[in-house]
Amino acid sequence: MSTAVYIAIMAAVTYLVRMIPFTLMQTKIKSRFLRRFLYYIPYAVLSAMTIPAIFYSTGDMITAIVGTVAAIILAYFELPLIVVALVAAGTSFVTGLFI
Amino acid sequence: MKQGFKKGFIHGIPIALGYFSVSFGFGIMAVRAGLSVFEAVCISMTNLTSAGQAAGVGIIAACGTYIEMAVTQLVINIRYALMGISLSQKLDSSFNTRHRLAISFGITDEIFAVASAQPNKLRPDYMYGLILISFLGWSGGTLLGAAAGRVFPEAITDAMGIVLYGMFLAIIIPESKKSRSVFFVVIMAAALSSVAYYLIPALSSGFAIIICAVVAAAAAALLFPVPFEEESE
Repeated sequence: MSTAVYIAIMAAVTYLVRMIPFTLMQTKIKSRFLRRFLYYIPYAVLSAMTIPAIFYSTGDMITAIVGTVAAIILAYFELPLIVVALVAAGTSFVTGLFI
Repeated sequence: MKQGFKKGFIHGIPIALGYFSVSFGFGIMAVRAGLSVFEAVCISMTNLTSAGQAAGVGIIAACGTYIEMAVTQLVINIRYALMGISLSQKLDSSFNTRHRLAISFGITDEIFAVASAQPNKLRPDYMYGLILISFLGWSGGTLLGAAAGRVFPEAITDAMGIVLYGMFLAIIIPESKKSRSVFFVVIMAAALSSVAYYLIPALSSGFAIIICAVVAAAAAALLFPVPFEEESE
């Protein structure tokens, strides 16, 4: 078993999964149901990826929950992405110093 | 042309910072699993994905079969196919096949998230900027983690684990405030994903995300038939 072959297989499969649908879908989808469905997909995917994984993202659930609450509050007030992301990490880090 | 590239590049800075911290962890992990620094960086530069790479290193370390590697990558990364279809509906007319072949390499969770949140149609130059900075963050973080990972205190690398999730919240929450149907989708997807995580641990996270997202988005598309602005274009 060669590491180079492993890496080539990883790269090829990952690229094809991304490339085939993105390149072949060159027409506008007509179905109103499918268009609404695709409009909701980003929010659904991001939400499913975030919850519950965010609670395990820092290696400690308490620091993660504090960071999550901070992120939710700042996101509610529509602060820029980078601010929300870094404050979440900052509050998790500071919380970690106290526990 | 240049302006779009610059805009994408700037929009990609939070992604690159998040990637840097995550791929830093990947670099440490890959070296611990017995790979060289060069191999770890090669994986990041050719794959540009977190879960798939982590699983791939596990298979290399365990001397798994090539078939096992291919199937694992397919299952974990199949969500990118769904994202590709979603993004394909948002492209500017200047997106020819050549651009599609190149840009598709850079479809990741975070690039998809930021691109989807753009109010306008996506132009190729914007996407190249967004992907380039993210790619540099991902590869650079892997290099540093693989070469010098143990120098950094764990408290910092642990806290950085939340960065990308914080960015996701910053994308979905403002829209959930404005639209009842998006709020419904977000809550339903989170609930389904929690059920899958705690009650069906055998389900791989890649499949769980697809199933939860498809069910939540389909439910919203059925329950909220009111046409939104996008459909009147």
